[in-house]
Amino acid sequence: MRAFGMKAGFALLGGALLLFIAWPLARTIFSSSPTGLWETILDPQVRGAIGLTFYASAIATVIALLTGVPLAYLLARHDFPGKGLIEGLIDIPIVVPHTAVGIALLLVFGRSGALGKAFGAIGVRFVSSVPGIVIAMLFVSMPFLVNAARDGFAGVDIRLERAARTLGAGPWTAFRRVALPLAGRSILSGTILMWARGLSEFGAIVILAYHPMVAPVLLYQRFESYGLDYARPVAVWIILSSLAVFVALRTVAGRRKG
Amino acid sequence: MSAERLAVHGLGLKAGEFKLYGIDLSATGGEYLVLLGPTGAGKTVLLEAIAGLRRPTGGRILLDGRDITSTAPERRGIGFLYQDHALFPHLTVAENIAFGLRARRIPRDEVRTRVKEIAHLLRIEGILPRRPGSLSGGEKQRVGLGRALAIAPRLLLLDEPLSALDPETREGLQGELLRVHRSLRTTTVHVTHDFEEAISLGDRMAVMDRGTIVQEGRSEEVFRRPASPFVARFVGARNVFSGIVTGEAGEAVFSIDGTEIVTVTEIRGPAHLSIRPEEILISRAALRSSARNCLPGRIIEIADRGTVVYVTVDVPPEFTCAVTRRSLAEMDLRVGMEVFISFKASAVHVFKGG
Repeated sequence: MRAFGMKAGFALLGGALLLFIAWPLARTIFSSSPTGLWETILDPQVRGAIGLTFYASAIATVIALLTGVPLAYLLARHDFPGKGLIEGLIDIPIVVPHTAVGIALLLVFGRSGALGKAFGAIGVRFVSSVPGIVIAMLFVSMPFLVNAARDGFAGVDIRLERAARTLGAGPWTAFRRVALPLAGRSILSGTILMWARGLSEFGAIVILAYHPMVAPVLLYQRFESYGLDYARPVAVWIILSSLAVFVALRTVAGRRKG
Repeated sequence: MSAERLAVHGLGLKAGEFKLYGIDLSATGGEYLVLLGPTGAGKTVLLEAIAGLRRPTGGRILLDGRDITSTAPERRGIGFLYQDHALFPHLTVAENIAFGLRARRIPRDEVRTRVKEIAHLLRIEGILPRRPGSLSGGEKQRVGLGRALAIAPRLLLLDEPLSALDPETREGLQGELLRVHRSLRTTTVHVTHDFEEAISLGDRMAVMDRGTIVQEGRSEEVFRRPASPFVARFVGARNVFSGIVTGEAGEAVFSIDGTEIVTVTEIRGPAHLSIRPEEILISRAALRSSARNCLPGRIIEIADRGTVVYVTVDVPPEFTCAVTRRSLAEMDLRVGMEVFISFKASAVHVFKGG
């Protein structure tokens, strides 16, 4: 009986938290009239902003895959001085306020920043441009991918790679044919998380690139300029599109398990 | 004798807290060398060093006379089987066996033929499409062995391949190892902490303790003449003999150079026998007891090892018997004395071996 009592108590507490998450989302989605929603999605600015958000976050995720997965492998497989420092550095974007991240990026990638100047020479601008949005998303959501990939690699028995080496595979083949496929699920789920986290970024982007507008910035602008009624249908579309893609990716990832 | 296949000279290595030092080891072509030692002696680390998976801090490793000390593991052509097989869980059995061949960019047709040959040799044709997760312990070890053998290694390293298995499977696989070795003659270094396994499998053995090799030689020689108190404790103070078993169902007679010992075993033909020194009674006169074996002999050595005293009685062969200090004093046992040794047929352990 006491076990049942505890279970019921925990379920009640957890249920309250779930309701707290689900209610506002549902309230938003069901509060807008179908015609209002239809008109909103016909608005090219709304569609453009949502498309840009998905696109920029995907680019940021690809960059993190190419650079973060090798880093994750090194961290999972080797011990070296300063490793704790590097792991701390990877987690910093999670704790630093994202508006501060925007300022920090502006100092380096802005028109007078060192990298800003260097990239400016080859015609790439970060302020008020898509590359700016991409680096803001990359900065804030990279930890999700790197940490997931690192845990994935750490979970692969190192002796499997050693066995592969004795069988004639070089380090790269052993990585590609043993470590990578076995850490694949973790990397995939990290990729989805990072991409989804990038979609929701506002703070860093609003500092670095207010224009062109990504969906969260557009929503903020509509709310500030026109009020709740105009912002609401935009919010509905952002929530629905994010949820749809997130669920679709999770389903695909789950199916690959078998 | 064929030429020296593996030679290790003065190998030293540091792995965390662990150290190997002054390792000298050699194996001739086609030989089955057993590396015997307690847990923590450094056997696995030594194998990994030979395979190129750990960088030695000193010494040299030669394979067929060529220095491979700093050769990458993938260029050594040394097969390796880990204790828990380390099969690739995301690949099928066939893909596991084919892994080394694919890494060598061998044409697909040839890979398929080779996988079939290996599967036939190890009798695992039926499980080729399955994944390691669904296999039994014995099957996994066969697949691991097949994967290592598929690359036709110049040297095969086996790291406690039998110790994770249940006794029945272990016995079967032990026979399999011998059969495969007889048919392929792959030079093998087999690591174990099990003395009987070492006797059964090895032509020669090297005994390892705390990071170095303390004795190397023919198996019989190692247990007859242990080079140190450690080796004596680990392998020496046991009665292990080779002979031939004959007899009807149930009761069997084990003959060693004319001496006949009654045992209970289903094994027939050439085999080994072991009796724990504690199981043997010494008496001044022939005993009338339930013990089926009572043999006359002469005491040739009395070795005081602290808590127990080991008395060696030459029947022949030479049996080592453990007695307490007090019994030794009460019976007034001395070297040269004629005595009788007795032990039960059920105390005799008979096992097959090479």
